[in-house]
Amino acid sequence: MTVGPTFRDITGVGTRLGRSLLVPTLALFSALVVGGFIIAVTDVDILRIWGSDPGEALSQTLDSVGGAYRALFQGSLGSRRALSETLFAATPLILAGLAVAVGFQAGLFNIGAEGQMLMGGMVALYIGFTFDGPAVIAIPLALIGALVGGAIWAGIAGFLRAYTGAHEVITTIMLNFVALFLTDWLLKTSVFQQLGRADPISKPVNEGAELPRIFGGDFRVTIGLFVALVAVVFMHWLMSRTSVGFQYRTVGNNPDAAKYAGMNVVWIYVAVMATSGALAGLAGSNQILGLEPYQGSSAFSSGIGFDAIALALLGRSQPVGVVYAGLLFGALTAGGREMQGSERIPIDLVVVIQALIIIFIAAPALVRAIYRIKGEEEGSSQLTSGWSA
Amino acid sequence: MTTTVVAETVRVRATPEERRARLLSVIYFLLAVVVVMVFARGVEAGEQATFGLSLPRDRFTDLAWTFDPRLLAYLVAIGMVVLGGWQLTRGFGSKTNLVLGLAMVAFVLSFMGWAAAGQSFSMVGMLTSMVVLSVPITLGGLTGTMGERVAVINIGIEGQLLAGAFAGTIVGSIAGRWIGLAAAIAIGGLLGWVLAVLVIKYQVDQIISGVAITIFAIGLTSFLATRVLGVNQDLNQPDRFTTINVPLLQDIPVLGNMFFKQNLFLYVSLVLVVGLHFGFFHTRWGLRARSVGEHPKAADTLGINVFRVRYQNVILGGMIAGFGGAALTLGSTGRFEEEMTAGIGYIGLAAMIFGRWKPFGVLGAALVFGFSRGLQQKLGILGTPIPSEFLQMAPYLVTMVVVAGLVGRARPPAADGQAYIKD
Repeated sequence: MTVGPTFRDITGVGTRLGRSLLVPTLALFSALVVGGFIIAVTDVDILRIWGSDPGEALSQTLDSVGGAYRALFQGSLGSRRALSETLFAATPLILAGLAVAVGFQAGLFNIGAEGQMLMGGMVALYIGFTFDGPAVIAIPLALIGALVGGAIWAGIAGFLRAYTGAHEVITTIMLNFVALFLTDWLLKTSVFQQLGRADPISKPVNEGAELPRIFGGDFRVTIGLFVALVAVVFMHWLMSRTSVGFQYRTVGNNPDAAKYAGMNVVWIYVAVMATSGALAGLAGSNQILGLEPYQGSSAFSSGIGFDAIALALLGRSQPVGVVYAGLLFGALTAGGREMQGSERIPIDLVVVIQALIIIFIAAPALVRAIYRIKGEEEGSSQLTSGWSA
Repeated sequence: MTTTVVAETVRVRATPEERRARLLSVIYFLLAVVVVMVFARGVEAGEQATFGLSLPRDRFTDLAWTFDPRLLAYLVAIGMVVLGGWQLTRGFGSKTNLVLGLAMVAFVLSFMGWAAAGQSFSMVGMLTSMVVLSVPITLGGLTGTMGERVAVINIGIEGQLLAGAFAGTIVGSIAGRWIGLAAAIAIGGLLGWVLAVLVIKYQVDQIISGVAITIFAIGLTSFLATRVLGVNQDLNQPDRFTTINVPLLQDIPVLGNMFFKQNLFLYVSLVLVVGLHFGFFHTRWGLRARSVGEHPKAADTLGINVFRVRYQNVILGGMIAGFGGAALTLGSTGRFEEEMTAGIGYIGLAAMIFGRWKPFGVLGAALVFGFSRGLQQKLGILGTPIPSEFLQMAPYLVTMVVVAGLVGRARPPAADGQAYIKD
């Protein structure tokens, strides 16, 4: 059992995007089918008619599932406004997905994007409401703050991994919770809390730090999207064109080889986690500076840090792949809101679909078995091995 | 200049044990400083604290311990200094962690004396809620232990708990609490089976499988809670399991309230802890399971069916988590709320590591974590300046300290997390 092909098989590290599209496409399709099935069997009113009038029940079920997916499509791609909503939802997803993907490339599993988003977001928030200046200074300053906040928070996990061997999966999970309670506490201190509030709600950021909307008016997509795309291009360049990226990838492929080649593996672990956390922190700042009411609240990362794992897998851990995955999940989120609004299907269905996508992508053998595709040789798709390094 | 450089190079590096001993003694000294500066000096002279040790309906009422928190703090501080000195010069050998644990208990006691100065505080109420809160954590930790002892990391405990909580409520509302409980166990087992199939048959990465199971369970239960329970409130009102008082034992002061006036879920958890301890360390089944977790190839060579053992344990673990989920609904409020597990599954995972993959260790860790959760609820009543968020963080911080090896190294089963591929 070798580690090389197994790692590629699941994270897609080292594969070409075009060649590896088959499994993600089938995974998405399968997940949507299962999602439709879930909608069908949970409609209590229709379930009651199956006994008396199966024909009517069947047509109503098809109507209900069809209506839901039509709303999903309408809300994500059906109009200019829907497209803007998709891009708006995709912005933090791309950044967070990129964070996890960078970790994968270097053989590290960062489950802590959620906590890093919170810490990065808090720094951006602090700069946002204390610094009173023009947008050209305020926005970059807040974004840099978010980068640093996220990087430090993730750096703790990288440092523990490098110096004590504590597995990053455990430490990042634990740091997520620490970050959650830390932000709850911070938001209730007089420094952050909005006057006259008893709950963890912060002051809003100054107008200068709000990310401007690209198209203005009702179209919610902000210049945060450009920030995300710049991050993608930068990461693509860093990972495939620089010696830093080469070192990251070498540590991911074979830490022993990296060590014998004279690379400082210990510091690379810290650097990779910090890079990953910086991107997650940027995603967090988007949740503060990029959407109304431009203030911090409890758990403002809203699960995006966990979606990021699915995104990185779906994007085959490639920066460009993550953009496609982010757009897809953005569309699912925007469409899910429409589905909830007009068809009364809870948006949590999108979460189920995302979980199914993870399972189908992480188990290519499962997808191949379902669709009877003759696959290449099948390696075990293992990333992590045990808690001890 | 040169002399310093020479001195630097000649200096022998301390072994990890020496470094740890030094670190621990520093910790003892720091704790002593905190105890004196905050807990002793923070109390006015002559002020008394009272810990209530009985509840109104107990056989022996009005038991209480009234003491001078200043005196207690000074005594604890002296003890800490002695321990620190002993640790530095002689060390405690194999009892290091035990001594550290007892020191922590003394520290917490002193802290509570400070918090309760001039007031009365129901210690027995606090300890009882510690036990109640520790039940789902224990069960989650046992689930993790069942998996990791056979080298399957189960990070989907949170999802299995949540699914059990949901199934218990909805089925319990329709068909009564016992059927509801059976459904919770079954759904936990089903998710255990899904995890087993993914990681054993399809050799999917164990962390990813677990994360996916948790996300799936969160999504599906929230979806159903809105779509089904939201419209049919009567499906969210199951019969609950009531308290079963153990005759005679329930009258023991303090302990009676903690352990013998509880419901089914605590009793079964305790039986499971004892049973699994015996099973893992004193039976053939346990030896086989552990060998699969330590060295699957050797186990296979000896004729043990590695895959079957893994399937069995992971499914059984899932069933335990399903039962733990039911404890949150059928054994508690009776109502299902979206994402009501709120990280308990991950605390269970932490309890497993803190408890060093042993059932009794898991129970002990769960009680410690239950204590911090209970304390966080009660501190508000006492009006201490410590924000509750810091107590909520405590289990996670403790786990990081443990995995980082600062307080003893936690060693998982050797093959933990690795798929087994038969040649």
